[in-house]
Amino acid sequence: MSTATASVAPSLREKRAGKPHTSMFLRMLLRAAVLRRGRAASALMAMTVAATVATAMMNLYVDVQAKLRSEFRSYGANIVVVAKDGTSLPPSALDAVTAALQGHGQAVPFAFVVARTSSDQPVVVAGTNFDQVRSLNRWWSVSRWPSAPQEALLGMRAVPVVAPRGGPFDLTFQGRTLHLNSAGTLQTGAAEDNRVYLSMNDFVAWTGVQPSTIEVAASGAPPEVEATMQRLAAALPAADVRPVRQIVEGEARVLGKTRATLLAASVLIILTSALCVFSTLTGWVFDRRRDFAVMKALGASEKLVSGFFAAEAAALGAVGALLGYALGIGVAAWIGRANFNATITPRLSVFPWVLTGSMVVAILSAIVPMTMLRKVQPAIILRGE
Amino acid sequence: MFGRIVYESFRRQKRRKMLAAVAIMLGVTVATAMIAVATDIGDKINRELRSLGANLLVTPQEDSLDVEIGGVNLRPPSDGDYLSEADLPKIKGTFWRHNIVGFAPMLPASVTLSANGATREVPLLGTYFAKSLAFGKDEFVTGVRTTHPWWKVQGAWPNDNSTDVLVGERLATSLGVKPGDSLEFSGSAHRITGILSVGSSEDNQIVAPLSVAQQVIAKPGAVRRIYVSALTKPEDALARRDPKSMNPELFDRWYCSPYVQSIAYQLQEAIPHSHAEQIRQVSQNEGTVLARIKGLMLLVTLAALLASALAVSAAMATAIFERRVEVGLMKALGAGDFAVASLFFAEAALLALFGGVAGFAAGGLLARQIGRTIFASEITIQPVLFPIILAIAVIVTFSGSAIAIRRAVKFDPVFALRGDA
Repeated sequence: MSTATASVAPSLREKRAGKPHTSMFLRMLLRAAVLRRGRAASALMAMTVAATVATAMMNLYVDVQAKLRSEFRSYGANIVVVAKDGTSLPPSALDAVTAALQGHGQAVPFAFVVARTSSDQPVVVAGTNFDQVRSLNRWWSVSRWPSAPQEALLGMRAVPVVAPRGGPFDLTFQGRTLHLNSAGTLQTGAAEDNRVYLSMNDFVAWTGVQPSTIEVAASGAPPEVEATMQRLAAALPAADVRPVRQIVEGEARVLGKTRATLLAASVLIILTSALCVFSTLTGWVFDRRRDFAVMKALGASEKLVSGFFAAEAAALGAVGALLGYALGIGVAAWIGRANFNATITPRLSVFPWVLTGSMVVAILSAIVPMTMLRKVQPAIILRGE
Repeated sequence: MFGRIVYESFRRQKRRKMLAAVAIMLGVTVATAMIAVATDIGDKINRELRSLGANLLVTPQEDSLDVEIGGVNLRPPSDGDYLSEADLPKIKGTFWRHNIVGFAPMLPASVTLSANGATREVPLLGTYFAKSLAFGKDEFVTGVRTTHPWWKVQGAWPNDNSTDVLVGERLATSLGVKPGDSLEFSGSAHRITGILSVGSSEDNQIVAPLSVAQQVIAKPGAVRRIYVSALTKPEDALARRDPKSMNPELFDRWYCSPYVQSIAYQLQEAIPHSHAEQIRQVSQNEGTVLARIKGLMLLVTLAALLASALAVSAAMATAIFERRVEVGLMKALGAGDFAVASLFFAEAALLALFGGVAGFAAGGLLARQIGRTIFASEITIQPVLFPIILAIAVIVTFSGSAIAIRRAVKFDPVFALRGDA
């Protein structure tokens, strides 16, 4: 890249010194494009398509991570905050967690006690915030969410123990009995099936026990999650803050593989499109060997002729990159809509890469046939051999 | 005559023909590799998703309620029902046995440790680490190292047939033990081979081979629950239906699809007195992630096909454009448009065949390389792809050449021969 532009830049600068030369140079560039519309158009098309594909792939590569990561948040919490040694968290813990999250995620408190049923069976009763848990743990299969006070959500396996005949039931904790209505059943296939869930207000009013666990789904890339964990640990020195390794490691692994596959695909696709540009442009320059010969026969220096073709190729590359960038953003946005139901944000940072890449490929494609033509006498080309 | 022209054209313009063939080959290579990767990516990612852990849980049918908070089970270990360890290998005898990546039985118990004169009750978990089992002639290795890949051990994993144990990292800190020490419980000494780090309640437990836990609670052959990790197909409307309400034909289709529900049904059939349930956190979410990644790769493959088709057409167009003088000469000698066009098409077909075969081979190698470096497993190319790829190569080469050939044929031979192109 650097050598290619270096060879163009001085020749341009030289020409700019004298005004008539500049306009002549520009006119030649323009006329070349206008007079041979067909060939110029097909070269420009190849350039544009290549830039489109490259833009779309780079944009996807940058954005897909974020999109997939948000899909992984449907697996629920990736951080848990647990009170040390079976105690409770301070009442202000949830506010501290929410503040530490700074809007990048959500937190759900859980409190647990072992209560007795009317037939004196032990059962784990949990208090939580139903609205929050509903949006965090979307895999919970619930027949009906509790909406009124004194309504409970019964785990599938707890139903026969707690309310074998359906309808209202009683739970006792440390001598205090709470009368509850069953709102619906809960099925997760894990420990939740053994529990009875109450709203946090009912739970605290009944047991006086504060939450002992806060599940946190922090969004963002691993460094951001790590930073969130550090903020949480600083905000709650009395609690254990730890990652849910099952989720965090699984996510990292799947994302890493997807990213690597996408990278391999992007490299292949961008190489193929560069090949397409190369063969089109090479043909285009070869095709104009007579122009080349005429210019040389009229006394143009080797430098000027090379500069002319290189400038032409660079201009073509720039225009192609511009058009391709616009189209590529469109393609990436469409893929985002079709596959992720989310918009893919146009990345301006991709543009310099596409632009320099296109210009380098274009100039290289012009230089290769030029060096071959340079060895040939203009007379031979003009004679049509 | 026709054959001779084609033959001579290849013999005399070796370099140019090579260039066109290489362009086709590269295009076909990329297309083949991308198609192979895209068709296999679902399976590969599905396997990677298994690193999120088991998606099925098998428990005794008549089990009592678990009373567990923060990994401490308040239910007496003797309470409740058990599964039989002898039934475990039958999991590999179910219809979808090849989709079962691994399983790990669990048996919670509790032991009394006496340290510095004080005694304390510590939970102990019995499981398989990497146990070799056999079902019929089928031999396989399974355990938590497959189903719970996020369990990390500092030191060594115990042998499943030994009485060695792992100690969770929090417990190890409070006991002040390190790998190589030994723990005294239930009347015998157990060597600690490693310190286990999980990030959840297991960090406060002793994790031992299943037989040790069975000994502790004096119930040989007992298993409390089994975690099963299976490759499944994303759920659809059929998967969610109740198998009891299906007619026999529909039931067969449901039974023979690797839905998490039908695998659960088959596990229940294989293990007597059991209840198998999907772990919804894992099983419900992998479908979406899988669908997203598959969709993405499909779209990317389409982009790759488009790019390689364009590259091939561009190369062909350039190659033909350079031969206008030849076309002019042929036409001046009296050749019709049809004769000239068929000559070019015959050449294009030959190039497409050579390039296609070479590209298919190279694409296969490339796909294998991608599979090895990214997924550490082979990406196999279905032989059925070969004719498809070849047909695509020929079609793309033809359509890429068509416009150029049309232009070459329509060109006035006088201008072409004068060199006024």
